[in-house]
Amino acid sequence: MTYRNPPTTPRKSATFDDYTLSEIRRAAATGIYDIRGAGAKRKLPHFDDLLFLGASISRYPLEGYRERCDTSVVLGSRHAKKPIELKIPITIAGMSFGSLSGPAKEALGRGATLSGTSTTTGDGGMTEEERGHSKQLVYQYLPSRYGMNPRDLRRADAIEVVVGQGAKPGGGGMLLGQKISDRVAEMRTLPKGIDQRSASRHPDWTGPDDLEIKILELREITDWEKPIYVKVGGARPYYDTALAVKAGADVVVVDGMQGGTAATQEVFIENVGQPTLACIRPAVQALQDLGMHRKVQLIVSGGIRNGADVAKALALGVDAVSIGTAALVALGDNDPRWQAEYNALGSTAGAYDDWHEGRDPAGITTQDPELMKRVDPIAAGRRLANYLKVMTLEAQTIARACGKNSLHNLEPEDLVALSIEAAAMAGVPLAGTNWIPGKNGF
Amino acid sequence: MPANTMSKAERDQSHARVFDLSQHPLRELNQALHKLTPGSNETAWEVLHPMGSHSVAVGVDQPVSIDVRGSVGYYCGGMNDGGAITVHGSAGPGVAENMMSGSIVIKGDASQYAGATGRGGLLVIEGNASSRCGISMKGIDIVVHGNIGHMSAFMAQSGNLVVLGDAGDALGDSIYEARLFVRGKVESLGADCIAKEMRPEHIELVQGLLDKAGVTGVKASEFKRYGSARKLYNFNIDNADAY
Repeated sequence: MTYRNPPTTPRKSATFDDYTLSEIRRAAATGIYDIRGAGAKRKLPHFDDLLFLGASISRYPLEGYRERCDTSVVLGSRHAKKPIELKIPITIAGMSFGSLSGPAKEALGRGATLSGTSTTTGDGGMTEEERGHSKQLVYQYLPSRYGMNPRDLRRADAIEVVVGQGAKPGGGGMLLGQKISDRVAEMRTLPKGIDQRSASRHPDWTGPDDLEIKILELREITDWEKPIYVKVGGARPYYDTALAVKAGADVVVVDGMQGGTAATQEVFIENVGQPTLACIRPAVQALQDLGMHRKVQLIVSGGIRNGADVAKALALGVDAVSIGTAALVALGDNDPRWQAEYNALGSTAGAYDDWHEGRDPAGITTQDPELMKRVDPIAAGRRLANYLKVMTLEAQTIARACGKNSLHNLEPEDLVALSIEAAAMAGVPLAGTNWIPGKNGF
Repeated sequence: MPANTMSKAERDQSHARVFDLSQHPLRELNQALHKLTPGSNETAWEVLHPMGSHSVAVGVDQPVSIDVRGSVGYYCGGMNDGGAITVHGSAGPGVAENMMSGSIVIKGDASQYAGATGRGGLLVIEGNASSRCGISMKGIDIVVHGNIGHMSAFMAQSGNLVVLGDAGDALGDSIYEARLFVRGKVESLGADCIAKEMRPEHIELVQGLLDKAGVTGVKASEFKRYGSARKLYNFNIDNADAY
């Protein structure tokens, strides 16, 4: 009998993991970077790393179904004659017609309106579907200015000057030719079928001093009626928030790197910008340092999934949150019922992110007339409203348990963190200690 | 002079509503302009002492004439939709930004981003325009009597830019379907912008714009045409060096 050395188990590299290897092979075969939709997929410190303490001897809870817990919020009370009044502090983030189908935009408007909240246009102008079905519509003012016109500006309920977004702070947009239908092309004043590169900078202003003058112009055009939001990606949240306030914003929107995009380079999504959790406290701190906390409202977005996330964001000082990816999932995005079709596209339900290709089996991120029929705007809007209702009830459940009669009375003192990273980012103690990294001790 | 012997312009001018920005805030001017209705008799306006104010006569949406007596700051005539605005001075950045229709005439020079994202109407700059003139233009016609600066007509989508003088560096970078006509020298062309043949329809087009802009003594045949090579319209890795 011959002796054989015992074999070792084949070992894959943690550095060169399966995904990395597949990406190298894909790049070598195609010669082009990978483009996809959605936000950062890597594991990041997030709201899951925070816990609420709940009531105890020193704080008493409110009765779950009897004692009121207010969820309303007013946005834009600083300068606007007509601020936005929302029943819930969860809004629908900007997503473009062009990236999304007409029925999907209509469904977002219907769901938001049923829930007493606002929805937002995107990098493609305002459509009749969403204006008609959105009681409160925020009109984005983007570098591309696709579809921008004073009539729509005046029939918007608020204006959001978009400086950046969490998936790609410093990046412009991209809508590949296959999604440019006649209607999309007309709205964007471009030939059908060509790739549309949305600019990364505004064409007629640069820097905070110009922004102040630009905001003044928008206010003058709309007779100081509309709240003006400034949206930034999660790059330098302290300074960006402070500069937006200085420029005259009524509302600052900070979008972390988990916030989605219609189409951006994978390398950009995963490597530029900060996690949502890391953006909140610096933004709140900027408002507090300027004496503007709760006077200029703060909206945070990027990876908000449930009522606990909403409650945690509000406890850290945010006035409202925005959802994009989660809203699309509520409409039917990545639903396992289309599994066979996702497989045929080389993906699987839950992972499909080639939104730019326009072949979305769920009919949401497409301009294909047959695919978009799969979205029933009424039913999908109802699902979104149900989901928003659940999130609100969940957030109220937590707030009552913390003894709060308003979601906005939640505070950092209600929270602890499960990891040192989350404790440092959120500025709350590590669970079981009184240690806030960077604030006390070492 | 009896009213019935006056020209329309003189009649309008004699009834012009005068608004003095040294006496009243800008907000009152813009709100008064926005309150105008199609049947309004107040069709002629004169704005005194603009003193470089930003956002003068923005969001006008009625066919009224507005004479601004002096120089203005940023975004004069922004989003103009039907107004005929004349600035008897120079204009700061972003004059006529996103204009929809109507006309804006600058008797002096214009700063950066003149006519940015304009969708319609006519912008005439009787002096020079600075950098990024016609950036991202989407249908506007722009006539510049003098020169234009660098990066003009960047990502220009649609409309016509006519320059009687010279153009700076990187003219028409990443241009889409806008048409550029330059009579003088072009310092350099941007990515995907090339010189094109002046065909009879282009000469007719330029002549029409020169006439509308009140330019005399200049022939349309003296201009060269520039536009998109359309090589960057759909991404191709072999063109990566061009970006």
